[in-house]
Amino acid sequence: MNELKQKIDITKKKFRWSDYIAERIIKSVAFLSITFIVLIFFFVFRESFPIFNFSKDAEHKTEQDSSKQAQSNPNEIQEQYGVPAPEPEKQEQYGVVTSDTLTEATIQTSTQETAQQASAQPAKQEQYGVQTADDTSMIENYATSESKATEVSTTDNNKHALKTLVTKDWQPVSDNPRFGLLPLLLGTLKITIISMLFAAPLAILAALYTSVFAPKRLKEIIKPAIELLAGIPSVVIGFFALMIMASFLQDLFGYATRLNSFVGGIAMGLAAIPIIYTITEDALNAVPKTYYEASLALGASKWQTAFFVMLPAATPGIFAAVLLGIGRVFGETMIALMATGNAAMMGLNPFESVRTLAATIGAEMAEVVFGDTHYNVLFLIGSLLFIFTFILNAIAEFWVKGRLMKKIQGK
Amino acid sequence: MILKRFKRDAKGFFFEGLTLVSALIIITILIVMLVVIIIGGKSMFTWEFLTSFPTEGMTQGGIFPALFGTALMVIIMSIAAVPFGVITAIYLTEYAKENSVIARSIRFAVRTLAVIPSIIFGLFGLGFFIKFVGTGMDSAFMGGQLKWGQPNILWASLTMALLTLPVVIVSVEEALKTIPRELREASLALGATKWQTIRRVVLPGSYSGIMTGTILAVSRGAGEVAPILFTGAAYYLATLPGSLSDQFMSLGYHIYIMTTQSANVDQTLPIQFGTTLVLLLLTFSLNIVAIILRYRIRRRRIA
Amino acid sequence: MILQKIRTENMYLYYGNKMALNNVSISIPEKQVTALIGPSGCGKSTFLRSLNRMNDLIDSVKIEGNIFVDDINIYDKNIDVVNLRKKVGMVFQKSNPFAKSIFDNVAYGPRINGNNNKSELKEIVEKSLRDAAIWDEVKDRLHDSAMGLSGGQQQRLCIARTLAVDPEIILMDEPASALDPISTSKIEELIFQLKENFTIVIVTHNMQQAARISDNTAFFYLGELIEYNKTKKIYTNPDKKQTEDYISGRFG
Ligand SMILES: Nc1ncnc2c1ncn2[C@@H]1O[C@H](COP(=O)(O)OP(=O)(O)O)[C@@H](O)[C@H]1O
Ligand SMILES: [Mg+2]
Repeated sequence: MNELKQKIDITKKKFRWSDYIAERIIKSVAFLSITFIVLIFFFVFRESFPIFNFSKDAEHKTEQDSSKQAQSNPNEIQEQYGVPAPEPEKQEQYGVVTSDTLTEATIQTSTQETAQQASAQPAKQEQYGVQTADDTSMIENYATSESKATEVSTTDNNKHALKTLVTKDWQPVSDNPRFGLLPLLLGTLKITIISMLFAAPLAILAALYTSVFAPKRLKEIIKPAIELLAGIPSVVIGFFALMIMASFLQDLFGYATRLNSFVGGIAMGLAAIPIIYTITEDALNAVPKTYYEASLALGASKWQTAFFVMLPAATPGIFAAVLLGIGRVFGETMIALMATGNAAMMGLNPFESVRTLAATIGAEMAEVVFGDTHYNVLFLIGSLLFIFTFILNAIAEFWVKGRLMKKIQGK
Repeated sequence: MILKRFKRDAKGFFFEGLTLVSALIIITILIVMLVVIIIGGKSMFTWEFLTSFPTEGMTQGGIFPALFGTALMVIIMSIAAVPFGVITAIYLTEYAKENSVIARSIRFAVRTLAVIPSIIFGLFGLGFFIKFVGTGMDSAFMGGQLKWGQPNILWASLTMALLTLPVVIVSVEEALKTIPRELREASLALGATKWQTIRRVVLPGSYSGIMTGTILAVSRGAGEVAPILFTGAAYYLATLPGSLSDQFMSLGYHIYIMTTQSANVDQTLPIQFGTTLVLLLLTFSLNIVAIILRYRIRRRRIA
Repeated sequence: MILQKIRTENMYLYYGNKMALNNVSISIPEKQVTALIGPSGCGKSTFLRSLNRMNDLIDSVKIEGNIFVDDINIYDKNIDVVNLRKKVGMVFQKSNPFAKSIFDNVAYGPRINGNNNKSELKEIVEKSLRDAAIWDEVKDRLHDSAMGLSGGQQQRLCIARTLAVDPEIILMDEPASALDPISTSKIEELIFQLKENFTIVIVTHNMQQAARISDNTAFFYLGELIEYNKTKKIYTNPDKKQTEDYISGRFG
């Protein structure tokens, strides 16, 4: 039999196309996820960059932008798009542009100030019939603030904008636009603190319950339930907060403004709870069993072991959990848009309306003129959010993990 | 008996009780949220509501275009995200050396993708897909005519795909890890190449993981609103999207619009509740399926 | 003259810094059964797995010295490892059929070699299953899942799967350790038949088994090859004290 069969040659490396190609493709695709991070940062930052470019005047910028459109018909683009520094007359044209794909549509629209609903004028709706989202929101501006067209043209001074970044006024649409980020920052901070005060203890204690105290059957109910909570879209949580929680909490505490940082914070806490819970539970489960047993053997009771042995041993993990929870709340947009009142105020009172950084992007991006200062500032806020969550994640990833390793292995 | 125990170990009772109460509070809020939305929306939850267009300036009628738009968006999103995610997961489990710099960088990148706020993806979609790729395509193929350089369902789906990529990667990776090393060795020992082993042994064994990842991604993508706010979602469209360069309506965006931008919020309250219920049921059932699948995969690993 | 199919020269193997094989030199003759015995952890599996370069899959492994198969150094950098493994098949300790049908399991090897001819595949599958002495038990349910077979049947299926690739050498790592006595004796019988056509290297912790089925026996201890000789000689009159101690059951 052996004599009959042709011998396999093993002395020469055979080139196998399918393996070679598969490996190439797999490697490059996997590498893309790193590229995405870089791209995301690059493109978000790129759109905010003109802010820092204040040596160039408005005209120069117009040229730049239209050249970016690659010599396409600049008028056309201005009409539909508003990328080049817009003049008021150009804006008027928005109403009559029709899109080739959508035939008939009406737009139900209203103000951009999300908390206070105002009705739009039906006549205008007809006129602006068929638009893309950013166009529609431009129109929206028309429907509500007639004076806006003249304001926009004055917003083109980047130098001025840059100077106003560290002020207390966020008034991007006015005669004298001011892009003070402080109230947004303060609002975001307030919300974050409130939500963490609410979510962190609940989630950590619940994790302690399921990993130490809970009978197996209960654990198998609670864990998936909290996983389910993680799967609820934030717009649904926002809806719940706006429709139910806001009134309930107002009745309970009797404060004046229905939508405020307290309501928003609690609602965002709901979004953060599953994250904190899951990571804390993992951290608790990673604590070696011997810790637990040794403590019990020394005569400590179960609760003492849980609180004075398990919890401290898992501290780095819990810290990471809270950091990621903060990251979630910091960048949460829909809940902020729906449940915080969206007023850029400076006060420290938790029962006042606030406007967060993320919500500002969400609310205003759709109504800015592409390429103008306001647009750039919104992207700048995006860059800040990106950097902030990136750093939080890096801390959670590297620093905390290192500590955790040391703590569990070193002792 | 409880009283006795209470006396002897009041502190223990208190602290253990504290943890139990925390867990219960979370569960209670979850249940209240579900019940309220179900009660509020159940009268609207009819076949007609699901299959008809909004009427009377969106104060009446159904949510069919939003349902359709969401479905179409998550399909396009999955087409983009699932292959990417599966391939990246294959790289991480099959090709990368566990502690190599590249593998660790990719893992870090994936986790970073998972924590970047969704609104940032929206900004990226706008800055990259619409303004960079779209505008570039317009000037290259359309002679400068505006077609791709504006929000549409393709850009929104791709933006969402990026957001859900980590979800797919993590689930698939978890599933790939449950394929026993012995099976890979058996295949290799039979003279199969690495790629043959992956294609014929590893991948068929991880279909349920790929399913889980896809379902979770779809559920996530169906519920997210921030990334599509300015990359393709529309308030209202009288027709369904017919091509990739059309805008679309989405359930989540519809909820947002109806609750905060509508002229008369009270009048449309039933529609709001109804839409929320639909979205909730959709994401919820997908999540439940995914959770069950995932528990099964985990059990297989233990067994 | 008996051909030496496998030969190692001063072979060392490390897992990271830990030495697992220490200066192993051995010659394994063609078409005979060579048994590797020794206490658990002495490096038997490690040695076996380096004969078809299965250890390549473990990142931390470093190998020094030479291993020849048919006088070809298989750790030469030009060696095609995929083809090497077709030539040097392997049966594992834990039976590991794929979650496919019995037929597909056996046809796996020919298929990855590009053979998709249905009648040829059928022929190969039947022959392999016959050679592995399992044909009669499975011929009526070739398209059932292999997972439904008993442990002993699964292991013989794995042997059939290896035979279908038509290797020259078959490495077996404690193929019967997880099986009941009846299955074990079936496998032993099978090995006895297979050595007519194949060179077999088998790891076993069962000394009676080694004595029954092998022509040569190598005794490993702490990564070293202590003694290697005809099985008869090893079991009746070992040269080394350690070998005698092990065989008489004084340790291990
Ligand atoms: N993948 C591995 N990584 C590190 N050490 C290993 C690995 N596999 C085996 N070893 C070590 O190498 C030595 C020999 O193992 P092995 O060859 O499996 O022994 P045997 O098969 O004789 O029981 C043992 O000490 C074992 O701990
Ligand atoms: Mg072994």
